[in-house]
Parts: sequence; C-alpha cells; structure tokens
Amino acid sequence: MSAAINQNPANSNGAARPVAIAVENICKRYGDFEAVKSVNFSVAEGEIFGLLGPNGAGKSTLIRMMTTLIPVTSGKAIVAGHNVADDPDDVRRVIGVIPQALTSDQDLTLEENLSIYAKLYGVPRGEREKNINDVLEAVDLTKWRDAQTKTLSGGMRRRLEIARGLVHNPKIFFLDEPTTGLDPVSRIAVWEMLNKLKNTRNLTMLLTTHYMEEADKLCDRIAIVDHGTLVALGTPVELKNSVAGANVVEVHFDRETEKWEERLKKLEGVTSVQPESAGFYRVLTTSGSKTTMQIVELAASLGETLTSLSVQNTTLDDVFIHYTGRQLRDEQVKPVFTMPPRPGAQP
Amino acid sequence: MNRMFAIIEREMRKFFRSPTLMIMSLMLPILQLIIIGNAFGGKIVGTHVAVVDHDHGPQAVKVREAFAAVAANIKTFSTIDYPNEVQAREDVRTGKIDAAVIIPEQYSRRVYAQNAPQLGLVVDNSDLFTSSTLEGEMQSLVDAMNSPQVQDRLSKSIALEIVELYPYVNYLKYLLPMTVALAMYISVMIGGGMLYIDDKARGVHEGYLVTPITKLELVFGLNIAGAIKATLSGISIGVIGSLIAGLGIVFHPVIMLQMLCLIIAGSIAFNGMMFLLMVRVDDPLVPRAMFGVLNVLLLYPSGAMYPTASFPKWMQAMSIVDPFTYAIHGFKAILLKDGGWIAIRGDLAFLTIFGIATLLIATPLFKRTL
Repeated sequence: MSAAINQNPANSNGAARPVAIAVENICKRYGDFEAVKSVNFSVAEGEIFGLLGPNGAGKSTLIRMMTTLIPVTSGKAIVAGHNVADDPDDVRRVIGVIPQALTSDQDLTLEENLSIYAKLYGVPRGEREKNINDVLEAVDLTKWRDAQTKTLSGGMRRRLEIARGLVHNPKIFFLDEPTTGLDPVSRIAVWEMLNKLKNTRNLTMLLTTHYMEEADKLCDRIAIVDHGTLVALGTPVELKNSVAGANVVEVHFDRETEKWEERLKKLEGVTSVQPESAGFYRVLTTSGSKTTMQIVELAASLGETLTSLSVQNTTLDDVFIHYTGRQLRDEQVKPVFTMPPRPGAQP
Repeated sequence: MNRMFAIIEREMRKFFRSPTLMIMSLMLPILQLIIIGNAFGGKIVGTHVAVVDHDHGPQAVKVREAFAAVAANIKTFSTIDYPNEVQAREDVRTGKIDAAVIIPEQYSRRVYAQNAPQLGLVVDNSDLFTSSTLEGEMQSLVDAMNSPQVQDRLSKSIALEIVELYPYVNYLKYLLPMTVALAMYISVMIGGGMLYIDDKARGVHEGYLVTPITKLELVFGLNIAGAIKATLSGISIGVIGSLIAGLGIVFHPVIMLQMLCLIIAGSIAFNGMMFLLMVRVDDPLVPRAMFGVLNVLLLYPSGAMYPTASFPKWMQAMSIVDPFTYAIHGFKAILLKDGGWIAIRGDLAFLTIFGIATLLIATPLFKRTL
C-alpha cells in the first residue's frame, strides 16, 4: 500500500515556510515492542498539524517524545530549533502542552491554576497578571476567574486546560486529543477557539485526534498514523484526492447474497467495494450519479429491493480505510499497544 | 526557586481547600488517644467473685470482711456466696463470674496453728487484664492478713522506698507522644503517599514535566510541602492532645520550641521515608495497601505502647532504624519528663539525618520523564 506523503509544507504562494517542528526517523521501543517506527514529518510555523489514528497507533507516544515527556529511542525531533534530546529545557520553554486528561486542580480557582502554571513556566511577576487576563479572555472564561474549577462544565474545563497551556505565550502548542469526552456542542466550541487562537497568536499547533471530522475541519495538514508508522501525510484535500474515486455510494440491499460485492465491482467507475454489514456496502466510484443509477437498475433487473441508497463525497474515513485497510472506529480497532492506564483520563 | 514555591503553593492550597482530608488526618490519632487512652488507662471495677466457704470459722469471717472492704471502697470486685466449688469453677469457665475464692475446711484452725493455711483462687486466665488485676488485689489482701497485728517499733523486714521523678502519668498522657507522631505519619501517608500517587496517575505530574521545572525543584517542592503538612498536623495534635490529656506543659515557650523542632525534624524524616517508598510507584492502590502494614511495622516496634526492652532482638533491631522510635522518645522526653535539649538532641540528630539521607537516595530514583 503506497502512502501519499508530502513532507514539505508550503504556504499559499508555494514558498517553503519556516519549520517549527522537524521529526526525523524517530523511533520508540518498549522492550521488543516498537511503538513508533521511524517516523518523519515537519510542521511549518503557524500550521495546525494533525496526527490521526486509532487508539494505540502511537500518536500519544509521538507527542510525548516531542514534548520531552519520554526519551526518544532513536532518530531526532527538533522543536523550535531545539533538539528534544539535547536541549529539553529550551524546548519546554517554548511549548505549551494540553494533556489528554483534565488535570487542573478542581479545588483551586481558575486564576490560581493559571498563576501556578505561570510560575512553573517562569513568567516574570510583572507579566503574570496580564497573561492570565489575556488567556482567560481568549478562552472566554474571564467571568469565571474566581470560580473553583470543580464548578465548571467539561467543555469549560477543557478551555481552562487550553488557557493553562498558553499562559506563558508559547510558540508551539501540543494538544493530545483535545476534544475527547466532550459533547458535540463543546467540541465545536473548542475547534472555533483553536482556530481563533491560531490566527490571533500565530501559534503552531500539533494535535492528535481520532475524530475524522476534527482533523478535517481543524488541520491544515494531517498525518495518518497506524501501528506506529506514518502511512499518509498531506492536506485534507490532498489526502482525499489521493484515494481513487471521487464519491462514496452507500447501498443497503434488503437481502444479502454472496454475489453483491462481485456485481458491484463490475459496475462502471467503481474503484473499490467495502462490505460493512449484511447487505450493506460502501462503494468508491469516480461518478456517484452514474453508479447510483446502475445500482438501481441492477436491483430492479434482479427483482431485489433497496433499503437505502446515498451518495457522499470522499471523507477522511475513506482515506483511512484506503491506507490502513480498516475503519477508524474504536470498537473495530484492536490496539497493539496501549499506554499504561491513567485513572482520571477521559475514556 | 519560584518554580519550587509554585509546587509548594499548589500543594498547600489543595491541603487547605480539602477540609475533609485535614479532619480525617487529625481524627484518627485523636480518636486513638481518647479511646485507647481511656480503655487501657482505667482501673478494673465491678467484677464478680464467688466465695465458697467450707470453713465458716473466725479467720474465714476475717477474709470475707476484707472482701467487703474492697467492694465498698475501691470496688474492684463484689462477692457472691456459692454453696460448692464445682459450681463456682463452672461459672468462672462460662463467664458468669470472673473468679472464685475457695476457703477450705480447717482454714481458721490452720491459721491459728500457723500450719500452712491456704486460700484457693480460680481465675479465667484467658482474660489477662482481669485475672492479673484480681490476682494482684487478692495478693495484697493476703499480705495484709499475714502482717502482724502489732508492728515492731523498728521494722525487721527490708523496705523499698520508691521515689517517682515525675508526677503521675496516666495512660492518656503516656499515649500522647505516640499520637503526635501518628498524626504526622498519617499526614505524610495521605499527603505524601496517596495524593502524590493519585496526582501522578491523574496526569498532574505530566503537567509539571512539560514545564521547565528542574528535577531538584520538583523533588524539593513536593517534599517541603509534605513536611509542612505533617508539621501542621503535628502541631495541631500536639496542642489538642495536650488539652485532652491535661498536659499544660506544652504551652511553656521553651517546650513549644522544643516540640516545634522535633515535629519539623520528624516531619522531614517521615516525609523523606515516604517519598523514598513511593518514588517509583505508579499504582494508586499501592499506598492504600501499604498504609496499615507500614503503620504496624513502624509504630509498634517504636516503643510507643510497650517498652523496647521487652522486644525480641529482631524487633529491637527494627526499632533502632525506625524514625518513630526517635520521634516518640523525643516527645516523651519533652512532654512527660521536661528533659530539655540534652534529652532530645540525639532524636533531633537522627530524624534530621534520616530525612536528608532518604531524600538523597530518593532524588536520583525520581524520574524527570514519564
């Protein structure tokens, strides 16, 4: 399976932009198990870069190596010009990190949480107050400044975590599954906030996610990671275009027979057929309208009934299936390796 | 340094925002002081002793009069007449009565003849405290009856003059040093053990590790915060416990200073030990499982309840390296004996060195990465 990997980020004029993060042949081994296998990519300044993959794919391991939390086994990661292995403190000064779990102290107020992290990041006393005001404003939590964190909703707590990671004005922002566990409304609010932050603060962001929609809407470029390997990299449009077939037709026949897959593959323009469940198929095709007509005619000629029929554009789901051969749904993914369990982490 | 103070600030704010945790960490030692102090410290009263009188002579009457005097005054026991020895023994066995005294036939005659007179005492020796109290009481009565009616002007027997150096120490006071040390231990166990591992498991430490804080700032921040919490617990229980036990000496300025120094040294030692034990632990269940085990391993060999001289050699060896031993010895020296700086300087030195040594061993073991 060939991977569509475009390593070089470029701006809208096609000129190369300064690199904020460069990862070269990075590997992570735990004993005999290789969690990350020789991964290469770079992230341009001001870019939102997504690592997309199922649980256990190696996304968190990658982000933890880049944020100096775990040592690199081999290869190197350069963050804001500093090698994470040689100059970890220099890296820590210029990055903000939002871990997957909500770790702000519930008994402390928002201001206290932010103040403690401002001190940990070494923000000078004179700038602390201003920085706290700015980040609270940025995440729209100013009026909750003196509230105890435990009184906030899940979405607001996630915004507080984001504010905490920004309190020292980092250049690069790492977010490990920033919307996991949030309801759809809160999730969209976080996306909007991250987009706003990117524009107003000229932040470079690297985030991990297993939500296709999140990666599609938020990221300038996406790297698909599976089993510790980078299998595809590009803009969402590039990745979708890299998959043969412009449309996906989802068809559900009333009755399942062994011959449906074979018959569908023979239709004009069809590039692949993915059986989903009994009588239900996802058909990748170069022409959605033509294939739809053919399917209706086929069913009519055989005296079969269609339960449902729909046409969609290619999604990142299709891209993921194309490159990994499976779907990015938790229940269908058997993790090869999972990080040690962390009580309190969002499921 | 600012980063270290940020860690301390966070820990202290959390400590003061969790009143339940604070109360629970103080509650156990106080309850232990009140309940154990009163349970063990009180005298046994109101037990029932059967009297089987086969003699009915004048000397038997004298014995019964002595029993009546005990029942009327110190009330250790009251007597019940039993017709036969077999029934009395059976009732002691079944717990209906606590002991039985047998006055044999010819008892009075033997007393007058000075021909080895004997009284029988049947006790339930499965209950050590009650049986030893009754044995002691009966022995006192027998000794009193053995002494001549008219004393010699100059006593011919050897007398032992006992000089007690300190005022009477009841069990509440005796237990107070252990209670203060226990409060510090519980504070360290909860704050330095359970909460430390819980924070680690929740990912709070991950948040610290992505900041530019150094390993030493992090280690010292966590340990200083833990020692401050233990010190506050020690001071609180020292004051509350002294009021409960009636030890006003604790409010004397010099005693207060000595107590403070010993509490700080003890807090450093307990916290250092706990940090060393927990430095590589990730599972939140481990400190909870260790809580009781450590309590038994550290508290009982320390001489808090029983003198170390009564221990077998292996337990005495444990007590030598046990920081509880020195903390409790020091608190006893201050609170019960007013022994001054000389009495506690060894304890202060051991606790301080122990705390620093454990911290020095634990620091290289602390991982700056996950």
